[in-house]
Amino acid sequence: MTEASIEAGYNFGYLDENTKRMIRRALLKAVAVPGYQVPFGSREMPLPYGWGTGGIQVTASIIGADDTLKVIDQGADDTTNAVSIRRFFNRVTGVATTEHTAAATIIQTRHRVPEAKLREGQVLVYQVPMPEPLFRLEPRVAETKRMHALADYGLMHVKLYEDIARHGAATTSYNYPVLVNQRYLMSPSPIPAFDNPKLDRMPALQLFGAGREKRIYAVPPWTEVKSLDFEDHPFQPARADAACVICGARDSYLDELIVDDSGKRHFVCSDTDYCASRPPVQDAAA
Amino acid sequence: MIGPGFADPVADSQRCFRAVLEAMSRPGRIHRVPALAEVPAPLHGATAAVLLTLADGDTPVWLDCPAAQDWLRFHCGCPLVAQTAAAFVVATAGMPALAALAQGSEEEPHLAATLLLQVESLQAGQGWRLTGPGIEHAHRLAVAGLPGDFLAQWAANRARFPRGVDIVLCAGDSLACLPRTVRIEEAG
Ligand SMILES: [Zn+2]
Repeated sequence: MTEASIEAGYNFGYLDENTKRMIRRALLKAVAVPGYQVPFGSREMPLPYGWGTGGIQVTASIIGADDTLKVIDQGADDTTNAVSIRRFFNRVTGVATTEHTAAATIIQTRHRVPEAKLREGQVLVYQVPMPEPLFRLEPRVAETKRMHALADYGLMHVKLYEDIARHGAATTSYNYPVLVNQRYLMSPSPIPAFDNPKLDRMPALQLFGAGREKRIYAVPPWTEVKSLDFEDHPFQPARADAACVICGARDSYLDELIVDDSGKRHFVCSDTDYCASRPPVQDAAA
Repeated sequence: MIGPGFADPVADSQRCFRAVLEAMSRPGRIHRVPALAEVPAPLHGATAAVLLTLADGDTPVWLDCPAAQDWLRFHCGCPLVAQTAAAFVVATAGMPALAALAQGSEEEPHLAATLLLQVESLQAGQGWRLTGPGIEHAHRLAVAGLPGDFLAQWAANRARFPRGVDIVLCAGDSLACLPRTVRIEEAG
């Protein structure tokens, strides 16, 4: 088995079996009630909050010796956060890791959904800082629970509509709220609104872990996920009107880079694996 | 004598959990769980494996078979309680009324019971037509050994959403799940 490749003194996946069982039970109920936030007894992890302790606990509870893990932060595999988490799982599970979206069975992510279409058999684990989509509008937890129980989301609709009336468009470009299976209002985590359509009827299972707030929620495969909008103002996610300078992509989400002192800007794919999988553009500008 | 649990508890319970997670995520798909060397009668292998994987001192259990109580208490340490108070309801000799089990509340639907229901057989590709979350178009599942009014009970259960019972159907070492969201139509 893989025992040999786990660092001495650790249980497989770092968490003890009691904690895994508790998280596993929460995950099953989360799948049974799509978009509903299941409370769980979050554990101290060897990484600080803000480093994805909720996502890490979810991954640690589902991962097995046969899995291949990919970890991304803002779309990239090589940022400090992604590297730390990947290294952590390598130490406490010994499982194979990859940067290729297609080769992964579990993808843990912060702030992005991969550009490549995910498939059945894959699990996408989101790190969530704030699971409650209503928290800016209604700080009282008891009141948000009541609103979810009654599917009373008028407050959120009013806020979005006021936004649109004032600015001509919704100003929320990240963490844009969605309705899951026509029932629960859900935070998709701080992904760009550009990624929201990818959540809709995704063949992969989507799991969301919020460590500090102690909530787990899920979207089963093929489940309807609809960004809130209005008949006269349909949801229109923004994307920089530019092409990636490396691969020329016009369909991917782009990061903006200031490349010199004069403020000249370049755009590159935020999803580094997607960018690397495409042929580079001929450098006509050079 | 109390029989053994999983040969490799950490790895086997992970594999069993992934089978249940997949099954709950794709209702009606049949999954096999890691086989136990010895299964306490009258439990099926899948029922026993799911209990070893998910039940512990924090999960009140009700079961209809006194013969398996000692095994369950020894391996899982779970309190045995009345049917209406159980997080896991284990039925080996007929299905309890779904409406009699814990339903959760509108605010806390995750407190609903999970019913581990032993059936005679599970077969994919025929029988019921399942639709809902987790299913692209439709899944087919044939189940032998359910009460005659099962579909009526299920329709009532589904109508209680977000409250409602979730079912793990167990037959031998195989299982399939019916989360409360799934819509079941008679074979057509
Ligand atoms: Zn690119």
